[in-house]
Amino acid sequence: MNRLEKIESEQESETAPAPVIDSLAPIRDMVSACIQCGTCTGSCPNAFAMDLTPRQLWYNVIRGEKETIFHSKTFSLCSVCYYCTLRCPRGLPLTDAMSALKQIAAKENLAPYKKSVRFYKSFMESVRRHGRVREMEFMTLYFMVMKNPLLPFRFAPLGMKLMSKGKVSVELPSKGSGTLEAIFRKVEELENS
Amino acid sequence: MGELGAELVEIEDWTCCGASAAEATSYLLSLSLPACILAKAEKMDDTSQILVPCSACYLNLKKVEEISRNNIELLNKINTVLQEENLHLQGKMKVRHLLDILARDIGPAKIFANLKSPLTGLNIAPYYGCQCLRPYSVFDDPEEPRSMEPVIEAVGAKIHPWDMGGRCCGASHMTTKPDVALELVAAILKAAKGADAIVTVCPMCQMNLEAYQKKISGMSGEDLSMTILYLPQFLGLALGLSEQDLRMDLNLSITKAFRDKLNRTQISADIHR
Ligand code: SF4
Ligand code: SF4
Repeated sequence: MNRLEKIESEQESETAPAPVIDSLAPIRDMVSACIQCGTCTGSCPNAFAMDLTPRQLWYNVIRGEKETIFHSKTFSLCSVCYYCTLRCPRGLPLTDAMSALKQIAAKENLAPYKKSVRFYKSFMESVRRHGRVREMEFMTLYFMVMKNPLLPFRFAPLGMKLMSKGKVSVELPSKGSGTLEAIFRKVEELENS
Repeated sequence: MGELGAELVEIEDWTCCGASAAEATSYLLSLSLPACILAKAEKMDDTSQILVPCSACYLNLKKVEEISRNNIELLNKINTVLQEENLHLQGKMKVRHLLDILARDIGPAKIFANLKSPLTGLNIAPYYGCQCLRPYSVFDDPEEPRSMEPVIEAVGAKIHPWDMGGRCCGASHMTTKPDVALELVAAILKAAKGADAIVTVCPMCQMNLEAYQKKISGMSGEDLSMTILYLPQFLGLALGLSEQDLRMDLNLSITKAFRDKLNRTQISADIHR
């Protein structure tokens, strides 16, 4: 099975599996000094779309409520703007904590985050193969793993605009086409050991 | 940059820094990819700094620079990965954002000295976005950024007063969570009303701000079309580079009103010359 089929067919799990309990521990350490002041929530440009506010998310992380955390959209809505990290009166690394939750969702292939996870994995697959992202390939991979026949149409107007301006290259840039396969493999090896 | 007397060299065999996708999948990968680039840059002669023209790439590289100085254990782990490509990161490279170099190394005086056609009468909204300001506030205030202002004023333009300069454009949400990202961009475009253009220092922000204006205008029931320029393009106009040199044909949003005004300022500059 190639890796793309893997992105596609990996068993999605509805509930957070057991190892997640352990993988939550480092994140709990990151936010354990939270005083629930709500500054992070007040600073977050995406809070309006979140089901749990960032403050509530940290509360659940501290209590280890993995079911609540991994059914919430909150961390997947973080756009990595670093406002909360900048303003938290306890100086907690909140953006990194959001990313760490995304990494668990990607690793465990949790169903509620399928869309973003597949997008990110398709992008990385293209980088892995060529060292740089190849826009056409990456979006094709994404559409393929999403199996939604209507999805490409959402991007069609932009795609056409970019293509007509020559911004999406159909071919690989001539130089620097080295693969990053070895780097990716080593990272996987170290992370799984 | 040539116009301003700075020499740039391209990194041999550069690769992708992982953008916002690597960090969303693996922490170690999100550090190893930028580390590859820095290690390759270290191998080049006579270079000690790397200029990064995109804020997301900048932050990815900057993080690794910080780690290489303060976290030996993690640096060693990264080097174990780089070993696969026979690369080794020492941590000698200084990672610099394009705006940092324009505002502080080159500076407004030098830009003014090379001015060919002043952009007098243009009202510019400076847009910084997030990742060149936060979490590492190297050259500007992370909440109320101002570093672009002297650069813009040096070419004769005025600053559009607004407080959206450091707000988030939504980054990769535009693809995975478009509803949310469109809201963020709508708020920025609304606040820019009255300006002739928004000037950005990151191509990803530029794309988010320019590519969806029709849709956002429809959503908000008002015309929010706005010219979006990348700072080097904007400065290039004033330094006498042609629109072709600046590849303005590739921009997705340059309004007719902006073109007309630009033509008028350039004609009046010619008359006064
Ligand atoms: S700003 Fe910091 S201390 Fe306050 S609620 Fe958020 S994480 Fe907790
Ligand atoms: S970094 Fe993420 S969680 Fe924090 S304020 Fe920005 S979008 Fe919200």
